[in-house]
Amino acid sequence: MKRVLAHAGLSAGALIMLYPLLWMVSASLRENTEIFQHPGLIPEHPTLGNYALGWSSTGTNFGVYIMNSLIICAAVVIGNVITCSLTAYAFARMTFVGRKALFAVMLATIMLPGHVTLIAQYSIFRNLNWIDTFWPMIVPSFLATDAFFVFLMVQFIRSLPVELDDAARIDGCGYWGIYRRIILPLLSPALVTTAIFSFIWTWNNFFSQLIYLSTRTRLTVPVALRGFLDATGSSQWGALFAMSVVTLVPVVVVFVVFQRRILAGMAHTGLK
Amino acid sequence: MTARLRQSLPAYLFLLPWFIGIVGLTIGPMVLSLYYSFTDYALLNTPEWTGLHNYSALFQDPRYLHSLRVTFIYVGVSVPLEMAFALAVAVLLNRGLKGLAVYRALYYVPSLLGGSVAIALLWQQIFGSDGLLNDVLGLFGIHGRGWISEPGTALWTLIVLRVWQFGAPMVIFLAGLRQIPDDVLEAAEVDGAGRWQRFWRVTLPLLSPVVFFNLVLQIIGAFQAFTPAFVISGGKGGPSDSTLFYTLYLYQQAFGNFRMGYAAAMAWVLLLIIAVFTGLNFVLGRTWVFYGDEGVRR
Repeated sequence: MKRVLAHAGLSAGALIMLYPLLWMVSASLRENTEIFQHPGLIPEHPTLGNYALGWSSTGTNFGVYIMNSLIICAAVVIGNVITCSLTAYAFARMTFVGRKALFAVMLATIMLPGHVTLIAQYSIFRNLNWIDTFWPMIVPSFLATDAFFVFLMVQFIRSLPVELDDAARIDGCGYWGIYRRIILPLLSPALVTTAIFSFIWTWNNFFSQLIYLSTRTRLTVPVALRGFLDATGSSQWGALFAMSVVTLVPVVVVFVVFQRRILAGMAHTGLK
Repeated sequence: MTARLRQSLPAYLFLLPWFIGIVGLTIGPMVLSLYYSFTDYALLNTPEWTGLHNYSALFQDPRYLHSLRVTFIYVGVSVPLEMAFALAVAVLLNRGLKGLAVYRALYYVPSLLGGSVAIALLWQQIFGSDGLLNDVLGLFGIHGRGWISEPGTALWTLIVLRVWQFGAPMVIFLAGLRQIPDDVLEAAEVDGAGRWQRFWRVTLPLLSPVVFFNLVLQIIGAFQAFTPAFVISGGKGGPSDSTLFYTLYLYQQAFGNFRMGYAAAMAWVLLLIIAVFTGLNFVLGRTWVFYGDEGVRR
């Protein structure tokens, strides 16, 4: 009996948590006049019209924004996976002068609020003529600036037996060989976690895309979505919700596919 | 070159990208932005040294002081609420119920999507005057209001949005709860401790490092919240500046008014505030965070 009650409570809680999301999906399938008439979930006259309308109503095909976001996300994923693993390998397995101090510096940057570097970074990127290009979003990821992922990988590499490195060294591998043939394959769970979170965070990242991008055809999904209201007025809630749903789909798909890995990654490291 | 330095060379090669990044994109910009914070800089001019002027101007700027107040309320209310929900649901879920994985995933979904523009737009509708919330309240005969368009309630809709995302700390709590050995709880039960006593005297002390970790992370994150306030208020922080978050005001000064020096000063004060809160957490943490081998606190 207690169990039934607990399940009932938890299910009700989950429903309240998810209701706004379900409602948005439902609203995206209704006609504009019907959206605000009742809080229920079932559309009376289901239509896909909002999706067609929203897809092209800002003048630029929504597919362009999705492609821009995908390009940036793919580059960031690749950059983070490569350079964070190189950095982590050095910190976890190599001895060098200044290692402790540099490691402390690396850890300290995890907690550093981005605003402290924001203005200067903007002015640097501006001098490089990178404003209104994808470079300000992409280049930092090729320079291992997301210390969180470096830390995650350092922890993971430390849990791998050193004997593997020694055996490879006896077989004639140098540092590069050990990294490439031993560490990298074994590191793949941490690499996948890094890739997933890199993708989701970059996809949802609004701030840097807002300040760096301006040309309509170079906008990404979050910036385009936010500009939607200005472009169409609030008369098109249905189309707005339809495009909102479109922008959430990739994240939901990634979550469903990699659910275990994402939740385990959260639990181990406190990623958010 | 000494032998030790020569031996370090391969490692430095591996660290090269990171090194360029830390110097060029972190430490360099930090130094540069500290310099900007003492100047009058509008992006197109050469920065002009004005000493402490930006900092003294900050504390005479009523909108700045107001943004501080708004941010403190946001952090001070949303973080404890979020933590309380996260802990409560984690404890409920940790009782060996079937379907734990499903509940955990469902409660986590808002954390995953919550920071996106789409959710901010959805929130704008839900708490609008003819929005979903008022529809639901109408079913109970309650006449709602324009939650987002009225200064008295707008900030609270953003607080609700953050609390809604309690799934992230919840997952970390769940992982922490699993680390607590059953025999400790059983021993307490044998000694006659009731459910509440076991929670307060055994579970919570053993979980305190995780509580601490979540608290530090959430406070740091909440101080930097931006997207929902920006989207919901159309970038203005309205109505009547009631959602003028610290970071939103910083954005307005930097990219709206091009007062880059002023914004840089704001960023350094924000760093200081976050550092003080984190430091305070660590100092206070010593009184309540309990690490392993000291024996269960009585």
